[in-house]
Order: sequence, then structure tokens, then C-alpha cells
Amino acid sequence: MTEPPRSRRLRDTLLGAALVRLLRRLPASEPPREPGVPPPDIERELPSTRGAERTVLVALLGTVVAAAGFIVLYVALPDTQLLGLCLGLAFVCLAVGSIVAGKKVVPQETTIEEREELGDRETQEEVVGIVRRGGEGVSRRGMLLGAAGAAGAAVGAAAIVPAASLGPRVDARLHRSPWRAGRRVVDADGAPLTVADIEIGGFRTGFPEGATRDELGSPLILVKLEPGEVELPAEQQVGMPSGILGFSKICPHAGCAVSMYRHPLYEPTTPKPALVCPCHYSTFDVRRGGELIFGPAGRALPRLPLRVNAEDELVADGDYLDAYGPSWSGVRQERPAP
Amino acid sequence: MIESPVRFVDERLNAAKLLRKALRYVFPDHWSFMLGEIALYCFMVLDGTGIFLAFYYVPSDAETVYRGTYEPLQGATMSEAYRSVLHLSLDVPAGLLIRQTHHWAANLFIAAIVLHLLRILFTGAFRKPREMNYWVGVTMLGLAIFEGFAGYSLVDDLLSGMGLVIAYAVALSVPVVGADLALLVWDGEYPGGTVFWDRLFTIHILIVPLLLAGLIALHLIMIMKQHHTQFPGPRRTERNVVGTPMWPGYALRSLGLLFATAGVLLLLGGLVQINPIWLWGPYETYLSTNGAQPDWYVGWLIGGLRIMPPFEPHVGEYTLAGNAFWGGALFPLVVFGLLYLWPLIDRRWSRRGERHELLDRPRDNPRRSAAIVALLTWVAIPFVAGSTDRIFFRLGISYEAQVWVFRVLAVAGPLLAWLVARRVFANLQRRDVHPLRGWTGRVTRRTASGGFETVARADGDETDPVPRERP
Amino acid sequence: MRRALRRLRLPAAIVCGGLALANLAAPGPAPVAAQTQAGALLRPGDDRAALAAKGERVFQDTCSSCHGGDARGIEGRGPSLRGVGELAADFYLRTNRMPLDDPEDQPSRHPSSPLTREEKRQVTAYVGTFGGPAIPDPDPGAARVADGRRLFTDSCAGCHQVVARGGQVPRARIPDLEDATALDVAEAVDIGPFLMPRFRTLDDDEVDAIARYVAATHDPEDRGGWGIGHIGPIPEGMVTWLLAAFALVLTIRIIGERTPR
Repeated sequence: MTEPPRSRRLRDTLLGAALVRLLRRLPASEPPREPGVPPPDIERELPSTRGAERTVLVALLGTVVAAAGFIVLYVALPDTQLLGLCLGLAFVCLAVGSIVAGKKVVPQETTIEEREELGDRETQEEVVGIVRRGGEGVSRRGMLLGAAGAAGAAVGAAAIVPAASLGPRVDARLHRSPWRAGRRVVDADGAPLTVADIEIGGFRTGFPEGATRDELGSPLILVKLEPGEVELPAEQQVGMPSGILGFSKICPHAGCAVSMYRHPLYEPTTPKPALVCPCHYSTFDVRRGGELIFGPAGRALPRLPLRVNAEDELVADGDYLDAYGPSWSGVRQERPAP
Repeated sequence: MIESPVRFVDERLNAAKLLRKALRYVFPDHWSFMLGEIALYCFMVLDGTGIFLAFYYVPSDAETVYRGTYEPLQGATMSEAYRSVLHLSLDVPAGLLIRQTHHWAANLFIAAIVLHLLRILFTGAFRKPREMNYWVGVTMLGLAIFEGFAGYSLVDDLLSGMGLVIAYAVALSVPVVGADLALLVWDGEYPGGTVFWDRLFTIHILIVPLLLAGLIALHLIMIMKQHHTQFPGPRRTERNVVGTPMWPGYALRSLGLLFATAGVLLLLGGLVQINPIWLWGPYETYLSTNGAQPDWYVGWLIGGLRIMPPFEPHVGEYTLAGNAFWGGALFPLVVFGLLYLWPLIDRRWSRRGERHELLDRPRDNPRRSAAIVALLTWVAIPFVAGSTDRIFFRLGISYEAQVWVFRVLAVAGPLLAWLVARRVFANLQRRDVHPLRGWTGRVTRRTASGGFETVARADGDETDPVPRERP
Repeated sequence: MRRALRRLRLPAAIVCGGLALANLAAPGPAPVAAQTQAGALLRPGDDRAALAAKGERVFQDTCSSCHGGDARGIEGRGPSLRGVGELAADFYLRTNRMPLDDPEDQPSRHPSSPLTREEKRQVTAYVGTFGGPAIPDPDPGAARVADGRRLFTDSCAGCHQVVARGGQVPRARIPDLEDATALDVAEAVDIGPFLMPRFRTLDDDEVDAIARYVAATHDPEDRGGWGIGHIGPIPEGMVTWLLAAFALVLTIRIIGERTPR
């Protein structure tokens, strides 16, 4: 057998020295058993083999290569996939090295440790006694304690109260949308929508002119029905010029934009026209004023009455007939005039 | 090399005793005890990647026009928040890697906690003296779910924006205080203003991470104080711990798990796309998309919202609860309520108040295990119901039919699951007592006259004692 | 000279290989749908009269059972085709949505048809004789994909999903648009087939932009790696549990030692 190279002899020496040091640290005999003091190992195995150590070395080398690759790529070609591959592999190699080292290289020990007793009656009573003695000589103990409790509760309440500043008071703000009688309906670019822009079978989104588009009360659905298609009592068939209906685009269930319009090309073989919300599939009947026909929404889709001005432009004829947006405790209440 | 630092801290802090205790601390060996560690390491990855992300994110809903490198969004109006995440994803070297790693880590964090929770429940590890630690854990689960939702909602993309308005609606729907609650959090009606984004950002990067870190520390301290539980076995008693000491074996294995977790998350972060916000586009209240879903750990809630019938009780003009309340708030409240009460319910059932250090296997307590399966089923059914639209899209099963099936299953499923699970676990338990129980075959036995005979043996024809339920 | 060239072989190969790899790794520009009016059943130069004459026969055999011998429709079976134009006939026949076996079925894109291409051309010409819109000629190449994205998100994403992966509405499956050409888009937007609304108020530029965007969705830019379906958290959750959680549970099975029984 040829003489092993110097590097390997050096490594063996260092390992041997470390091992000797480790072994010397172990207690020679059984110490008295008390909780917290480490007992001797009841099983100890030194599984390390050259193969296992070599695996660890290769894994660590792999880490170096992969991590270096990451650094190079970051500078030269920071492609997400390549970067992730390199850094990920670096950690995986590190993991392999650590796990193999932990299971197959370092000493495998099984130890027993005693658990402490939990709960000592004597000490508990001592503690109670100490606390109690702190009140010796205090005459109106009950009253003082009560007063202290009241003080604590009061300060606690006072400390929490400023949280109310985080928001406004609930008032009629949840009722009022930006729509007013006479306000023009415009598209996303601000151009007014005319009667000609709304076709039968079409689906358009409108906004109140001059108002913020993303307020929940703003977005409006515009659809057009054939004459005679509306299935509402005569007195409710107002605010639908030329059969054009306006509905709030915000679902009264959970606030998503109602962006689906199920419009049959040939009605005898398909379901009737409905506006549907893509979140939880609440389905609203356009012929019956937005009444719910399927899904979890607790109310109908609110309708906005419309009329037409002199230039044939669509204009709101008031606010929504019912409160818009998701339900809250006052959603069915009589709304104050704007 | 080791001696000088040890001497340094010991001569100043008397640390050697602590170090000795720490290095020889005993960890019982079972793979299922490391599930919580996966969660811990995910948390570390989240912290590290999160700091990087926080340096780029802008918590603002101020409108801006995109003039960046991604063609399909040229000229689109979007919030500063969305634009900042877009910039990080598409223009910053390693930005997308870190962002995706962060998101995968969030998903895995909660998955690991759920697996860990199931292990705790099934093995009875929540029993005295560990009730408080269990409650800390359940709290962390709730915080983690909230934190994840907050995190991906900060991006203000189309999908998460839809989720945020639903959260607003759920808040609104709470009886009596809903409107006040929602307006308080959003400082006015949805979508609120920049101040909401500041709040959500502060909550996500400061308040909840601090809470989680504190709770994790508490969790670990209590474990160290009480020592880990263990399964029954040779030499294992209710008053000792048998296992591997921290140094060197367990430390290296734990480190290995940390690196493996980081490695898996980084590989996913680079190779598997998650939340490609440039494809979804920015959110506006008047936009929505089909097939929108929350992240998996909120899936049980979207299912609850979808299968709930349109029930919105009102007395005259006063609405008692918005419909979104049932599936979005009451359902998770009840589930978490049950989780919190679990140690107390379990103690009532078993009528014992003693200290447990040895774990049960699931079969050792069929009633408890069946109850866990029932609770899991009650959560899993709405979870699956959340994907009904894609199930219909892929398999053609009618959406309306699915909704009805899931409604029935949501009520009947847990009951059925409980009955089946109890049978299964009881059977497993019986098979334990007598290894051949349940086996039918042929038995060779000695006859009185001295020869041998072979007879067929059916299940149950031996007079074995009926096992009592293990405490 | 020859020796100099030979020495360049290896560096040249490396450069070529590198370019090829870079090309594979880098996201390519979204391919614009090639099929514009080129794929239509009828072209401007076709002899419509001759085709229509033959088309009447095919129509009577195949279509009249639902659409009536006079193409005025049969109540409860099929709509009138008077005035639908070559546009509608081209859409339905070219994508094999028609002929439909059962009037109650949802007409969907189909890989094959009982009619030959020539027969479809004839029927299209015949239906065209009843008047109506001509086959459109979209030009998506001239449009900006950003305009298309905005229009598509505003008007189409609610049903078709923001990157056109399809979806559902109660009682109907909404198709993904992975096979949709610019011509399909232009025609569908005009007809509003089955339960789809119609968008005739869109002008040509807007339709072109939408078609351009739809083509882009056929190959979305996946900077993050594997696109896993482009529908968001459902596949993401599957990867979390079936890849990540699985890998790490496997890891801890390897790390942890089982309690000896």
C-alpha cells in the first residue's frame, strides 16, 4: 500500500485529535440523577465511514459550486429560473451534507433525560402566602382592590378609544352613491354614452360623470331589452328609456364586479338572460329588475333609473332604487334624500 | 477554537451551564415531530425574503401610468403599489426569484402548520401540561392565515383585489357592528385611501411578524421547559425523555431540514411561477375575472361563501346579518372556536386530569381520532366546493348540481366521516391487542389424542377480551 | 486560410450553442394569429352564386331539420338564419360548432365535422344569400397588445378569464381561447354565440386589439418559470402540497428515526 498523501494524514490527525477531545469530555461514571444535569449516553455508536464522509465532502463542494454559480449568474445573466436553480441546489446540497453528517458521520447517541416534576404544592402555597402577606395591615383591602380594578379598566378603555379615530362614523355615507338625477353616464374614457351605444344583447359599463370611478357606488351595467321583455308590474317599469336598464355593477353579496352577462342567442334552448357574478355565481334576472335566481346573494341587484337628455345621452334619473354594495345592518333602511 | 468563546461568555454571563443543558437537550425521535420545524424554517425564509421585498414595495394607491418594459401593460393606469411589485418582478435582478420564494414559503408555512396541528390533535399532545402551548399554536395558525392573505393583497392585482373587497363585504356583514368595523379598518367605504395601504403594510411587515416571532419564542420556550412528548416504547415512561441529544446529531439534522426547506422553496421560487401579476393586471372595483381564487388556505372560505343558500335574515328594515357572514365569518369562527376548546372537550370526554407525556397513536383513542376526522371533513368539503367552477370546466359536472351535493355533504359529510373513522380506528385498535385478530384462515392445532388437525378459523370465534379504550 | 477557418470551428459552435440556449430561455414575442381572413371559408373572389346553388342541397340535407327548409327556423329547435350573413355561417361551420346533434347542446368547437370543407363553403354561400354581415377582415398586426389587454379585461375577462383560460357561468361552459384565431374573435364578438353577449358597438380597431391580445394569451410571458395553467391559486396550492410538502415530509421521514416498537 502506498503512503497516503500528506493532506489526508493531516486530516486524519485532526479528526483523531477532535475525537479524543470529545471522548475525554464524556463523564466516566454515573453522576447523581437530577433534572437538568445531562445523564450518560445509554447508547453510542460511531457510524462514520469513509464513504459517508466523502458524501458530505462532495455535498459541501456542490454547495460551493452552486452558490458560486448563483453569484456569477446574478452578475452575468440574472435569469430567474437559472438563479433559482443554482441557489436552490446550493441549499439542497447543504441539506444533504448536513443530514448525512447528522445521521451517518457524527456519533449517534441515544440518551435518557428525566422530566421535572411539574407542580409543587408547598411552593405554590408559599407563593400564595407571600402575595397575601403583601396585604398585611391593609384595612380596606376589598375596597382598594375594587378601586384598582376600576382604575385599570378605565385606563384600558381610554387607551383603546382612540382606535375609533381610525375610521369615520357610520352615517348615510354607505347609502349615497355618486349618482344624481341629471348626471350623465360616461364610459371608462369619460365619453358620454348614448342610446345608440347600448345594443340588445350587449353589455356595457358606465360611470357617473365627474365622480371617482372606483367608488363602489359608481360602476354601472347597461343592458338593453326588447320591447315587452320586461317582466315587472307596469308601475315599476320606469327609468328604462328604450328598454335600456342600468344596474349596479357591484354584487350585493360580497362586492365583486358583476362582469358576466348570460344572453341567449336562441332562447328556446337556453336559459333566460341574466347578469352573473364570477366570484360566487350569484345570478340576477334582468327581466325582473335584477331579482336573484341562483346563488348566495341576499338581495336583488340594485337598479338605477335612467332617462335620456336632449342629445340622446343616457342620464341618471335619481340614485339607485335600493342600496348598492354588500349587505350590512342598515342596507334595507329608508335612505335619506341626497 | 471552541474553548475561548465558551470561556468568554461563561465568565460574563455564567452561560456554560445553559450551554451544557442546551447541547445535551434530548429530542425524541419520530419524523412527525419535525413538522413544526418545517413551519419554523418557512417563517425564517419568509422573514429573510420579506425584508428584501419591503425595500421595494410602495404602500400607496396613488394612480400612476405604467411606462415600463412589459408591453401588454404599456400605458395602463395602476396603483403605485402594483407598479412597485411589477418593477420588482420584471426589472430587478433576482427580484422575481425572491418574491416567488416568499410566496411559496407562505403557502408551505401554513401547510406545515396544518400538518403539525393534525399530528398534535391525533396524538393527544395538547393534553395537560401542554394546553397553553397548544393555544399559542392555534393562535399562530390564525395569524399565519391572516398574514398570508394580507401579504398577497398588498400587491393590488386583479385577483387579490377581488379577494380584498370580499373581505370588506364579510366585515360589513357581521351583525350589529359590521359597518363600523369595516369602515374603521378601511377608514371609510371601500376601496379606502392610501391610509388603508399603509395600515395593511404596517400590519403585514411589523405587527403580525412581531406577534408571530413572540409567539414562536413562547412556543419554543414552553417546549424546552416541558420537554417534547414521545410515543410509548422501550424504556420510555411518563417521566422521562428518550432520544437524541442536540449536539451533534440533532443539531445537524435540524440544520439539514432548514437547508432542505430553503432549498425546496428557492427551487420552486425560480422554477415554478406563482402569482404572475403582470398577467392578471391591476385591480379596479369595476373589474373582475372568471376563475378567481384566493390562496389555498383561504379556499375553505370561498367554498363556504359559494354553497351557502341566499339566507339574509332581517326584521323589518333591520338586517341581522349579511349573507357573506355565514360562510366568510361564522364558519371560520366556529372552526377556530372548536380548535381552541379542544383540550377542554377532550378532558371532559376522557374524564382524566392527569399529566400526559406519552402520546397516543390515533387508534388508541378512536373517539377523539374520529372527531378530528369529522372536523377535518367539515373544513375539507367547503375547501373542495371552492373549486366547483374549474371542476365543471374540466369534468363537465353541472355547477348547480355540485352546489347542491356540497350543501348536503357539508352537513352529512362530517357525520358520515365520524362514523366511518370510528369504526376504522376501533378496528385498528382491536387488531393491536391480538395480532391475529381479523385474520381468517386455517389453524393447525393439537388434538387431545396427540395428532394434529387443521381447521378453518373465522373472525370472532375466539373469546378474546374486548379491549377497553386506552386512557 | 483553411487552417484559420478550422480553428474557428469550436468557438463558432460555442457561440451558436449559446445563442440557441439564450433563445430558448428568453421569452419570445407573442405570435400574432396568422389566420385572418385567409382562413375563412369564403374569399372575396369566390363565385358565390355557384356555391350557393349547391349549398341549398347540403342545407336541406343537414341543416333544415332544425333551421327549417326555408331557413326561417323551427320553434324550439333552431333560430332563423335570415339575415345572419356569411359571417355567422363561417363562424359556426369553420369551427365545427354546427351541425349540432341536439338543439339542447351547447355549440362548441369540434375537431371534425360531417361536412367537407367544400360543403361548408357551399352552405356559407347559401346562408349568405339571405343577407347579413360579410366575413370580417381583422388586422391584429396593426393593433397594440396593451389596448387589447385593457379591452379584454374590461369586457371579456369576466367570462373568459383574464388570460383567456375559459371558465363557467351557471348552465354554460365558457371556452378557453387557446385555439381562437383573429377571425374567430371578430366573428364571435359580432354574433354573441350561445350565451355570449354581443359587442357590435366595438369598432374595427378595438376588435383588432382584442384579437391581438387573445393571440398573446396563447403563449403568456412566464418569467417565473412553469406557468402551471395560468389560472392562479388552484394549481399553486397543488404544487404546495404535492411537490413542496411531499418533498419535505419525505425529507423528515429520512431524517427522523422511528420509535422502535
